[in-house]
Amino acid sequence: MSDVADSPREIARAADEAPSRRARSRALRRFMRHRLAILGLVVIVLLVFFTAVGPHLIAFDDLHIDVRNRFQPPFAGPHILGSDPLGRDQLARLLMAGRVSLTVGFAAMALSTLVGTLVGAVAGYYGGLVGVALMRFVDAVLCFPTIFLLLALAAFVTPSVVSITLIVAATAWMEVARVVEGQIRALRDRDFAIAAEVLGASDLHIMLRELIPNAMAPIVVAATLNVARAILLESYVSFLGYGIQPPTPSWGNMLENAQEYLGTAPWLAIIPGIAITLAVTSFNFVGDGLRDALDTRLDIA
Amino acid sequence: MTRYLVHRLGQNLILLWLVSVIAFTVLHLAPGGPLAQFALVPGLTQADLARIAHQMGLDRSLPVQYWEWFRRMLVGDWGRSYRDTQPVLLVIGSHLFATLELMVSSTIIAVLLGTWVGVLGAIRRYSLFDYLATVGAMIALSIPTFWFGLVVIYIFSVKLAWLPAGNLYTVGDGSFLDFAHHLIAPSLVLALVTVAIWSRYMRSSMLEVINQDYIRTARAKGLRERSVLIDHAFRNALLPMITIAGLQLPTLLSGALVTETVFTWPGMGRLFLDSIGYRDYPMVMGVLMFSAVLVLLGNLMADLLYAASDPRIRLD
Amino acid sequence: MTPLLQVEDLRVRFRTDTGIIPAVNGVSFVVRPRETLALVGESGSGKSVTGLSIMRLTPRGGGCRVEGRIRFGAADLLALPEEDMRAIRGNRISMIFQEPMTSLNPVKTVGEQIAEAIRCHRQIGRQAALDRAAELLHTVGIPDARQRLASYPHHMSGGMRQRVMIAMALSCEPDLLIADEPTTALDVTVQAQIVELLKRLQQQTGMSVIFITHNLGVVADIADRVMVMYAGRIVEQAGTVPLLTSPLMPYTQGLLRSVPRLPAGQHQRRRLDAIPGNVPDPAELPAGCSFRPRCPHAVAGVCDTTLPELEDTAPGHLVRCRRWRDIAPAGA
Repeated sequence: MSDVADSPREIARAADEAPSRRARSRALRRFMRHRLAILGLVVIVLLVFFTAVGPHLIAFDDLHIDVRNRFQPPFAGPHILGSDPLGRDQLARLLMAGRVSLTVGFAAMALSTLVGTLVGAVAGYYGGLVGVALMRFVDAVLCFPTIFLLLALAAFVTPSVVSITLIVAATAWMEVARVVEGQIRALRDRDFAIAAEVLGASDLHIMLRELIPNAMAPIVVAATLNVARAILLESYVSFLGYGIQPPTPSWGNMLENAQEYLGTAPWLAIIPGIAITLAVTSFNFVGDGLRDALDTRLDIA
Repeated sequence: MTRYLVHRLGQNLILLWLVSVIAFTVLHLAPGGPLAQFALVPGLTQADLARIAHQMGLDRSLPVQYWEWFRRMLVGDWGRSYRDTQPVLLVIGSHLFATLELMVSSTIIAVLLGTWVGVLGAIRRYSLFDYLATVGAMIALSIPTFWFGLVVIYIFSVKLAWLPAGNLYTVGDGSFLDFAHHLIAPSLVLALVTVAIWSRYMRSSMLEVINQDYIRTARAKGLRERSVLIDHAFRNALLPMITIAGLQLPTLLSGALVTETVFTWPGMGRLFLDSIGYRDYPMVMGVLMFSAVLVLLGNLMADLLYAASDPRIRLD
Repeated sequence: MTPLLQVEDLRVRFRTDTGIIPAVNGVSFVVRPRETLALVGESGSGKSVTGLSIMRLTPRGGGCRVEGRIRFGAADLLALPEEDMRAIRGNRISMIFQEPMTSLNPVKTVGEQIAEAIRCHRQIGRQAALDRAAELLHTVGIPDARQRLASYPHHMSGGMRQRVMIAMALSCEPDLLIADEPTTALDVTVQAQIVELLKRLQQQTGMSVIFITHNLGVVADIADRVMVMYAGRIVEQAGTVPLLTSPLMPYTQGLLRSVPRLPAGQHQRRRLDAIPGNVPDPAELPAGCSFRPRCPHAVAGVCDTTLPELEDTAPGHLVRCRRWRDIAPAGA
């Protein structure tokens, strides 16, 4: 801080960064936020690890039906997390479902980020009629409530991991496009882009080599938050019966019939929901931490 | 004002047209298209299907079909439900009230609670309260609405038996209190996400305003801190929230669909889900369009309200 | 004559993540009834913070510490309960700010904003307050004052808004007006009008004014006495004429050379010189005289040892420089 705040606005800003008691709690908060992001990362790594390795470590197959042992409560027998109405092991199903849900989450994130970045970059770079047309299209898609659009798409395709991934991506790319468009439009007229243009670089080269790398921070943040979003969307559409179809388990479809058994076997509803919340919260924490660390302002401060 | 209105209206009409193109394309390019439901009927031959397609005009080119559909839609002919041959708009209308009731009540909860949490978080920035509110909002945004609904039903209906587990009212009762009693749980569930979003935006809006020069001027006048915060800061901080409120409609509608499913609430969301189950093509199309129109109308209303509330937007 | 305001050893520090930033380092001065005291310095000299400290409007929270004593009448402003301080703010001491464009609430009419200032200190009705507001607008030279009550700030130019700010500040007939760079953000022609207005109002009402500015040119027009601040300290203080005609502190001399329009004939042919270098980082002030690194007269072993004291050179003329006797003839 080389210039002591003289204009009161600067004072306010300095004070904002300054306060003694607040400075400590602010540092605490930053630390905690950081810690939350790290916690999120740890949880994600653990989730990935256990869903990958876990099914091999437990005695039950997720598809093994055992009608004599239906509705076993959790923590009270060989079924650690209990069993479902067909006597299948809840833990085995939860882990296998995690594989599916996380895969859909990551894949849909990758796809939606790619599409969003492309659309945003083209719109931001060329601007004019192309830009307006593309961004209007984005606005129009955003007019549909996500779940409505998701269901409308899902209802008319054969549900599979691949098709659900595609559909989830199709309803999640618009925010990325908006973010990238704004960034590219701002970067486009900056010196290095103009320099590249003067040097005769092609549009594609300028976009891929000069502009997108400089817009990477918000893209990474948006992509991380999109994993959270994709996992949530998959769970919604599967819960509503149009997503991943049984017997393949997903966190969402494990909850599909759980409501019937709320009175008798509440763990069937509670446990998969905790898994979803845990995964989504973790990705949101990481995304938020990245936003802080990369100092990009997106959406909610 | 008129110019502004015309401009916004024009933009919205273009968007509406785009929305119709997208909705039409999505459903017509989907495998099976409107014929999907007939393909499921056993015993229908390929020739029968072709005949039905011709009757429905599905053998014509897509742009012609679109134009036909668009023309009818504009004059209010949104087709008839395959299920019970009722006009689509009429069916939507009969489900609208339940959805609006849910959305309005949860919005009231969200605005009241979210404003309180957000303003307090901004005033006591970096306090324990602010910290918990921030983390709480992030978790709230990560909880699947339907699961939260299940948990609420489990606790308040199954275990405590305080609240009904679903439906608009008890058959045979239907008093105002009965309606209200049924409304509590679903509105709370639907409000979860909106409270989180609203409180976050409210907080940053308030923080932005608190650092403005005119707040310092208000203090320099010798105003009480309460009146600095309420008359000067809060009033200004609320302005951008009007726009935010308009932008929350898609989220709210999505949440309503899920909440209605969990609470067997006879609203538009349930209607949409059921229509998809029945492959009731015109209904699906109708609800999809209708929800987009609602969203656009919401945004437009928010814009107008903003223009009316902010003296800086001139009335010319 | 008993001073209206007496500031004793005012110290203001901001605590940041990187350390403590001293913005004001032991400033003492008095403001007498009916006088205009100019507070001059570059941005970062602590002059605005001094003004805000008198109003107790330095940023809230624990990060900003204000120490010392500010006597106003019988009270020490820094020790007053908040409610008592509030009763003084805008009532007996008012302040106007640098940015007229952003200092008025955009969603309230100027009438409301002025009336509010009156009603928060006087027991009068809404209409009476609005009448008074119209009167005030007329006083500060706004045409069609009564119609203007219903205007919003964005309907007005910067100069007009500053007039509104002045009207608001004068609404309770304060004993002291703190004007924090009131003309900096305005066009040159408007600047002169606002200075004239303040001068006229000061003469009419008999209030005292602390006029904070970085522009010595304005000082000649308005001030009775001048106080020059550098790096949070007073470095020279004198009556306006002695200070402008025979400044003793090299910093003041430098400031004078950098003013385009000079008051005295002898300076007229001199070219404009900016003071070399920048205001020092307040967290790392140089040892000895804070101005030493930028001072053309600095001498090793004299200026870089300890902080020079503020010395009396003539009645009412104070300077913080070890070498003022050596350089006075050459510098003036």
